[in-house]
Amino acid sequence: MSDSTVSQSRRTFLKRSVTASGFTLGVALLPATRGHAMFANAPESDNFAPNVFISFADDGKVEITCHRSEMGQQVRTSIPQIMMEELGADWQQVTIKQATGDAKYGDQNTDGSRSVRRNFQRLREAGATAALMLCTAAAKGWQVDPYECVTENHFVVHKPTGRKVPFADVVGVAAKLPVPKQGDLKLKARDNWTQIGKAVPSVDLTGMTTGTAVYGQDIVMDNMLYAVIQRPPVLFSSIKSSNQAEVKKMAGVVDVIDMPAASAPALFNPLGGIAVLATNTWLAWQACNALKTEWQTSDNASYNSDDYQQALLDNAAKPGEVVRKLGDFAQATTDAAKVVDASYYAPHLAQAPMEPPAATAVVTADSAEIWACVQSPQTARQQVAGALKMPVENVTINVTLLGGGFGRKAKPDFAVEAALLAKQAGRPVKVVWRREDDIKHGYYHSVSGQRLSATLDADNQVTGWYHKTVFPPISSTFNPAANKPSDGELDLGHLDTPFDVPNLQLERGEANAHVRIGWMRSVANVYHAFAKESFVAELAHQTEVDHKDFLLQLIGKDRHIDFAASNAKYGNYGDDLNEYPVDTARLKNVINKVTDMADWDKREQQGRFLGLAAHRSFLSYSAAVIEVKVNSRGEWTIPKAWIAIDAGTVVNPDHVKAQCEGGLIYGISCAIGQITALNGEVTQSNFHDYLVARMPQTPVSIDVEIIETEALPGGVGEPPTPPAAPALANALFAATGQRFRNLPIPLNIKTA
Amino acid sequence: MKVTINKQEFDYQGDPSMPLLWFIRDELKMTGTKYSCGMALCGACTVHLDGEPTRSCQLPMAAIGDKAVTTIEGLSEDGSHPVQQAWREHNVPQCGYCQSGQMMQAASLVNKQKPVTDEQIESHMSGNICRCGTYPRIRAAVKSAAESIAVKVTE
Repeated sequence: MSDSTVSQSRRTFLKRSVTASGFTLGVALLPATRGHAMFANAPESDNFAPNVFISFADDGKVEITCHRSEMGQQVRTSIPQIMMEELGADWQQVTIKQATGDAKYGDQNTDGSRSVRRNFQRLREAGATAALMLCTAAAKGWQVDPYECVTENHFVVHKPTGRKVPFADVVGVAAKLPVPKQGDLKLKARDNWTQIGKAVPSVDLTGMTTGTAVYGQDIVMDNMLYAVIQRPPVLFSSIKSSNQAEVKKMAGVVDVIDMPAASAPALFNPLGGIAVLATNTWLAWQACNALKTEWQTSDNASYNSDDYQQALLDNAAKPGEVVRKLGDFAQATTDAAKVVDASYYAPHLAQAPMEPPAATAVVTADSAEIWACVQSPQTARQQVAGALKMPVENVTINVTLLGGGFGRKAKPDFAVEAALLAKQAGRPVKVVWRREDDIKHGYYHSVSGQRLSATLDADNQVTGWYHKTVFPPISSTFNPAANKPSDGELDLGHLDTPFDVPNLQLERGEANAHVRIGWMRSVANVYHAFAKESFVAELAHQTEVDHKDFLLQLIGKDRHIDFAASNAKYGNYGDDLNEYPVDTARLKNVINKVTDMADWDKREQQGRFLGLAAHRSFLSYSAAVIEVKVNSRGEWTIPKAWIAIDAGTVVNPDHVKAQCEGGLIYGISCAIGQITALNGEVTQSNFHDYLVARMPQTPVSIDVEIIETEALPGGVGEPPTPPAAPALANALFAATGQRFRNLPIPLNIKTA
Repeated sequence: MKVTINKQEFDYQGDPSMPLLWFIRDELKMTGTKYSCGMALCGACTVHLDGEPTRSCQLPMAAIGDKAVTTIEGLSEDGSHPVQQAWREHNVPQCGYCQSGQMMQAASLVNKQKPVTDEQIESHMSGNICRCGTYPRIRAAVKSAAESIAVKVTE
């Protein structure tokens, strides 16, 4: 891999790693003003294409380009919906095109819950630009002021006279007009919105309910070979010997190819191993199983997750590096009437999207075309170009639907595998990851050990809060020397602890990675919220105060957290703290709302066992209550859950509701799953030993409340996940008195 | 051997131990039936075998015999099966990848033309995994699909 590719990977990571400066890089790609200037780019065809997102055919039909990847968040509906607000088109005359990976769209890396919030203004402007050009074209014909015209239902309407003309009749004139300046656009007043805030049905519903929707695994081409890869069981081990020649003779096998061995840093490179190319998936799979490979050893063979768990917890119990400090926690400990502390552990997890990674490639001497379920087609393009030593312009990345992503498909190693194999095979190749490959060779959600401590005075008031977090960082995937939580990861639910205590001390500790670490839905918020919100419930119990009242009091008065006062610099998901402050009033509001919904105050008299948790992440606020029932055999179920979210302005309330339901359930999976390792090899392999929530482990119904507000849009895809695991643990404590500080929580808690 | 899939007869000459899933996906190029686990653990590959829900990833070609296979493409001609309609009404799919299997599993229950209880839905659907977490909507959609058929039958 070339140096430039390596540095590109680092930059890509920086953008992703939620450090303040990292996100600024991402934002700087397309600030609003420059973004608008870019709309004036030459259109791709002779059709009327006022910008890269919207184009008109001669018959007035509209094609809207979605530049973000669809992985279940309904972005292929919500992104067009934002443009439709100003465009005034008729959905029946609109088709949605999926963008290839191309810098001209601005950032396409679909993660960090930012598709809406980072595109809201610029896409309304994109719609308004097209609408103003149509109005100007019609106004010329009518000899009226274009600002007296509006676009509605695929017509331009002259408001004063009611005259109207279909888009089809004015696109020809509009195409010849200069693109208006941003200052000339007049966006609709919020009160007049008809699209934003409306539950527009998802554009892919028909395809998804008839089996015609196309995912990465579904690509079929003439003359295509199917590749299945045996990857090294331990990270960075390489082939010592294997029976490739024998396997090559098997039925249907066309080729057996050794992949280049991988070494640190992992980046987005393929892992190495041996690829079997055959005429269908089954034959490739069978032949792959017949490979008898001896592997060279690697330093990572020392990794045993049981020992590692103990080491993390031992480390968490020792003083670490202080990252935020207020007052004097040590003195508070000396002065305290009571000190409570607890340690929490959360194991590695795999994102495990229902569709395992897959990519298809066609490579010629000077070009490459890829079809893949990637969250970041621009990253895939750079990686493929680097691996093939080709200019980026010669690589096309077509984005299929993603059968789930959850962060896994933001790492395009599988697209690179397909490109390398198609080049060598000289014909189209589809790389199919098996579930076993996905579970055993992932970019894992990090394993964490944490220690929390609180000091209480004689009146049971919390006078001090201590939280040390220890985990191998995502940055270790990009820099082998990185061995402590990065600033960006601390920003996810640790540094932004919202409690109003006079003595606060937050610390981090070192831990080395032995597997590839990568982001997963909600990232470090998942384990930080688990520890923080479990510990609050423990304190409430010890002080015999109602958990909700205790939590509200700990958060304290309405205020915006002042990080400067504690000498901390908070990255805030790359956004300005003035625009998106850490607002304790909004956090308390979702807690009050969700506890009202759940009839929290009557739970004891009604004999219901409820658990509560709340967390701010991705600039939004969410709180959940989970109700559990535990039967005599120790099996728990969740008859009901409630979640309240304040995500600021929302584009499609049904999408938000779906994300709250699904995000909460994803969080329940985070509480029951685990990835462990023995001698460097991941122990789990499929859904029998990597547990994810099935219907019986999930709430029979979930009530969702979306707080109505005119605040700026926050994230939606990730914020519902972090409260789930602590709410579940807190509910199980209420029901049984058992406190789960180490995840996973067994499905039968009598075995705990 | 001859296999009947969506009322059409196909001839298959390959390895009799190959699971039906790969014949459907790789040979017939019908990609509505999904691969996700390959071990009958998740239900994404569910098809009907004489109306009974079956995991095609674990069904060898040799085991099909003269039973009729139905895939999501054959569940209805135009996406109008009550389950498909209910899935759209409840906006069930998120990523959609598991939903062919979920709908085939649900259809085998709903096709019995009886109202269903929450418990029946849960036990019938518990083998189908959805990582997006659409379970609450699946429960609701199965119930409305079952009701719509049962009502039609009794009318």
